[in-house]
Amino acid sequence: MESKFYTKDKQLIIKITEEIDDHSVQKIRREADYEIERNMPKTVIFDFNSVTFMDSAGIGLIIGRYKLASMLGAKVQLANLSQNVKKIFEMSGILRLIPTTTLKETTA
Amino acid sequence: MNEEYENEMRLNFLSKSSNEAFARITVAAFASQLDPSIEELADIKTAVSEAVTNCIIHAYENKIGIVKIYAKLTQNEITIEITDSGKGIENIEIAKEPLYTTKPNLERSGMGFTIMESFMDTINIESIVGIGTKITMTKKIKKQHKKSPDEPTLATNKI
Ligand SMILES: Nc1ncnc2c1ncn2[C@@H]1O[C@H](COP(=O)(O)OP(=O)(O)OP(=O)(O)O)[C@@H](O)[C@H]1O
Ligand SMILES: [Mg+2]
Repeated sequence: MESKFYTKDKQLIIKITEEIDDHSVQKIRREADYEIERNMPKTVIFDFNSVTFMDSAGIGLIIGRYKLASMLGAKVQLANLSQNVKKIFEMSGILRLIPTTTLKETTA
Repeated sequence: MNEEYENEMRLNFLSKSSNEAFARITVAAFASQLDPSIEELADIKTAVSEAVTNCIIHAYENKIGIVKIYAKLTQNEITIEITDSGKGIENIEIAKEPLYTTKPNLERSGMGFTIMESFMDTINIESIVGIGTKITMTKKIKKQHKKSPDEPTLATNKI
């Protein structure tokens, strides 16, 4: 996971760089929460451009960060979802709650 | 010509979360003998990851047990059995419901069975409380039209 905070518009971009499963998700969760609490962003964007695999652990990950962000008054967006990742999020219904977006290649 | 193609494999490993990627990649490598599309391979990997993760976090909880995988290829279909000797499922119908989870505190979403059902063609769940659980899934692999006979089809490059 890599992240970058843009102070001007208070935007935190969290780029997930590993496969998302039950094993990897604990570290991603910990690092993401740390960055969100430390920067107090207005918007948190999760960039999935480098995610080559995700199972249902990704749903729990995003719902959990969405709850934390909402509590702190921040909005969440999901960027650059592959077909496969999108299929899994669609099944869970969370795309009705969390908007998707596209991001230019970030060097977060 | 429709050659009968048959193959089998077995895999036993400890219920450690670090084996989740190992299990799904191994089954995908085996399945690649049927020359699946990248999407079909991704579906198989996801379904295996769901079933194996369930063995690790639900069946054995924090104890260490053995997860067994048996996979079989016939012509254009893969059958995958994933078995644990863990705590078992009390009510299978309820467990299969979307969003049903017994571990919401671990940020589980209750979507594992729904994903397995939708990514594979068939799924069968057998479980006895105190004895264990066996998940059997099948998926048909569509015949691909190869552009040229020399084109490398070994899907190890797709995994
Ligand atoms: N192998 C198993 N042994 C014992 N119980 C199981 C097993 N697999 C599933 N279960 C039970 O069935 C429920 C539903 O499983 P499912 O995979 O759909 O959701 P989950 O694992 O709770 O969450 P998610 O897969 O979305 O992270 C689990 O919460 C658990 O109670
Ligand atoms: Mg599950």
